[in-house]
Amino acid sequence: MKPPRFDYLAPTSLDEALALLGQHGEEAKILAGGQSLVPLLNFRLVRPAYLVDLNEIRGLDGIRADDGHLVIGAMTRQRAVETSALVRERCPLLAEAMPQIGHVQIRNRGTVGGSLAHADPAAELPAVVAALDGEVVLRSARGRRVLKAEQFFVGYLTTAADPTELVIEVKLPATSRRTGSAFLEVSRRHGDFALVGVAATLTLDEAGVCTACALALTGVGPTPAVARDAARALVGGKPSPQAIEDVSRHVSQTLRPDSDLHASSDYRKDVAGVLTRRALTRAAERARGEGR
Amino acid sequence: MIERAIRVTVNGRVYERTVEARKTLADFLRDDLELTGTHLGCEHGVCGACTIIVDGAAVRSCLLFAVQVHGRDVQTVEGLADGETLNPLQEAFREHHGLQCGFCTPGFLMTLTCFLRECPDPSDAQIREAISGNLCRCTGYQNIVAAASAAARSLATSPRS
Repeated sequence: MKPPRFDYLAPTSLDEALALLGQHGEEAKILAGGQSLVPLLNFRLVRPAYLVDLNEIRGLDGIRADDGHLVIGAMTRQRAVETSALVRERCPLLAEAMPQIGHVQIRNRGTVGGSLAHADPAAELPAVVAALDGEVVLRSARGRRVLKAEQFFVGYLTTAADPTELVIEVKLPATSRRTGSAFLEVSRRHGDFALVGVAATLTLDEAGVCTACALALTGVGPTPAVARDAARALVGGKPSPQAIEDVSRHVSQTLRPDSDLHASSDYRKDVAGVLTRRALTRAAERARGEGR
Repeated sequence: MIERAIRVTVNGRVYERTVEARKTLADFLRDDLELTGTHLGCEHGVCGACTIIVDGAAVRSCLLFAVQVHGRDVQTVEGLADGETLNPLQEAFREHHGLQCGFCTPGFLMTLTCFLRECPDPSDAQIREAISGNLCRCTGYQNIVAAASAAARSLATSPRS
């Protein structure tokens, strides 16, 4: 199928883009990498009057370290994040998740901001940002807002961003030396959206006692599922195989994923438990400095 | 109709055309430039048949609009051979029976052209990862992997790509 008619607007500055969004609001769709939007246009599932293409604006991409954070511009291509030495060093969880997004041709165009704004419930990036308690920075002609992942993702393909707002960057806390992380997913075929994915981070002190743990799952609900209570149960003790098993069972039992064409709810719960166990085990090994 | 004037370099030649904003790059290449080597399978970014190279990166031409390549450098399958002489990757596909009906072949060739530049000495596992975004429904992937591997060896001894 071919896309429906739209008016194509290609602003060359952020201010110009924000003015266009302020003017056209819900009638406009933002074109970043287009790897989700263009299929929706081709299927005619969306019919915006205007497309506001961000690709001609300079300065919306880039990866930088900033005061204990890793800051990634919204128009940074996923492939650039995947191949960034700074990302591998400061945020290994993100580096591990990147190659699991689509295929290289998709990641060459697909952007970080686009993936977050699209908010697919089975996407990898929202789970990573949720696990790391990252922040999404929004701009509009009226000003700037910073939202935590949990405030930003509000439902199926839905975020707290207003139609006149633009995601301009995401801020992730840099991972400390004693923190290990892992991102694992199961999909029908390599490169497909995850049936279930798990992002885990775990921090150990000198004695090997867990001081912090975070878990976020994708594919098990309308937004990334942050398993805060389950993760907290590991804090204060050593992450023994039994402790990890208990947490994984808890995660599996508390999730209420939907059944769909690809997998039943029970299957997703089961896989979520197995992947949580494997991700925490790997994160603990990495926190101890094994198998980095 | 909303139209824009664009200027784009395709396989080293500069084209200036006026295009409708909603025309995909794949349709522009095929219909406006008559470069029909770029094939369209699914038209929603799944099959990889329409893969081309824009500014050195392999991308799906069904998920880009022609207006977005104004000022850019595009390479399509037509740019690979030197007249009637196949390039080493194309030659390896012929030699190893890496194609049957040929529909998916342009996409595989463009994906692998990019991949072999970045990874000149790949393992079979790396090749399989690299072509995971391209679907073939005839030969299966065994011969395509063999062709890619042979092309890498051939390119290592003849310094052209």
